[in-house]
Amino acid sequence: MDRDNIIKTINGLLIEEFEIDESAIKPDARLKDDLGLESLDFVDIAVIVQKEFGLTLKGEEMTSIRTLQNLYDYIFNCIQKK
Amino acid sequence: MNRVVITGIGIYSSIGKSLEEVKNSLYQGKSGIILDPERKSFGFQSGLTGKLERPQLKGILDRRSRVCMPQHAEFAYMSTIEALKTGAITPEYLEQNEMGILFGNDSSTPAVIECVDIIRQTKDTSMVGSGSVFQSMNSSVTMNLSVIFHLRGVNFTVSGACASGSHAIGIGYFMIRHGYQNMIICGGSQEVNLFCVGSFDALGAFSKMESAPEKASKPFDKKRDGLVPSGGAATVILEDLDHAIKRGAPIFAEVIGYGFSSDGVHISVPDVNGPIRAVSMALKDAGVGPEKIDYINAHATSTPIGDQNEAKAIDSVFGKYKPVISSTKSMTGHEMWMAGASEVVYSILMMQNSFIAPNINFEEPDEFTGKLNIVTKTISKDIDIFLSNSFGFGGTNSCLIIKKFH
Repeated sequence: MDRDNIIKTINGLLIEEFEIDESAIKPDARLKDDLGLESLDFVDIAVIVQKEFGLTLKGEEMTSIRTLQNLYDYIFNCIQKK
Repeated sequence: MNRVVITGIGIYSSIGKSLEEVKNSLYQGKSGIILDPERKSFGFQSGLTGKLERPQLKGILDRRSRVCMPQHAEFAYMSTIEALKTGAITPEYLEQNEMGILFGNDSSTPAVIECVDIIRQTKDTSMVGSGSVFQSMNSSVTMNLSVIFHLRGVNFTVSGACASGSHAIGIGYFMIRHGYQNMIICGGSQEVNLFCVGSFDALGAFSKMESAPEKASKPFDKKRDGLVPSGGAATVILEDLDHAIKRGAPIFAEVIGYGFSSDGVHISVPDVNGPIRAVSMALKDAGVGPEKIDYINAHATSTPIGDQNEAKAIDSVFGKYKPVISSTKSMTGHEMWMAGASEVVYSILMMQNSFIAPNINFEEPDEFTGKLNIVTKTISKDIDIFLSNSFGFGGTNSCLIIKKFH
């Protein structure tokens, strides 16, 4: 999966599943402060990432993901390493 | 001691999704029972059940709230929204005043099963998601609603089998009477799905009269052959009388008595003496004699032994006075954990509108039920005081006495 498809998939999930307003979806958006996601939501994001990309998010790595761009990069890098 | 009044009611059940719909169904003697083919193909001995639509809460509650709610919490949200509305209680009022919540509930099944299925399949708990734990706990309704409505008073779930909803109101009544709380959202909820009553069906406790679903629940009738499971949610807002008057609240009725007991006899077979002790305690607490009870909303679920023993208990306490009696379970089916609360709501609707809802499908009495004054057709009647009986597995008994507010 290329970077554009990863971004498109993640954005679609945030809009559909997490009901985040499309206008708030920007690469520099902070997951907690701008998108309103909280710790429980990251549990669900981990499930979705596993189902969509076959990746297991690790708790310690999750803590460094603060913006949407961080999330895109993390998933892209993990897929590259597979 | 404080007087305790009911200042809000709400209902979501198989015979209606609002007070108005339910009042009409009660008056018309309308059944909410269907035959569910999915239960038959799943392996149930009886496919009979109350029919309920799932509330559509997307756009009303945010995702975080919805993810944590099992089906019966959704039902309870609906009945509680209606109760708050009838009680003239706004979100702003809840922000500024202390409200408690006590709900009767005794199971929350699908989330438990789905969680274990995922772990068995993936060998990884991180695939379960965030909502499962909150959906699967027995206190799911009270934990969810207390957060949604920003409640800051007492907050726990009462589990007393099929008397859960009644006990929740009884405990709330005690708390307000003794001054611990001014206002409590009380009620009962019952899930309705493929998974929650399979173990109950295993006992052969459900009616097998599948050819005529609406006639299957026949409390007190000689041909009764078992209960019909059902569910939904009912909410009753209890309030200290002085507090209610001060805020200009609408007052629907007054709770004047609560009685309880344990049979201490058998895990599933109801006794006669336990209910007699609970009814007697409620009468004593209310300070009224049996002659003052205008209407009894019976527990009667349509099981052979349960109805027989309740008939013996009622006859023992009320004997010659013969108050009018009906079991609304003839229409709704057995709403189990919710029943004690919903039947208070049904009876208040009758009290408000001066009628007695019929015990439909009662065609022929047996030796014991023939001694009771069972109403088979809707009658006009003023109700000043009613008794609501609720009994459950393990011999838990709860009786509430409620009076028109004067």
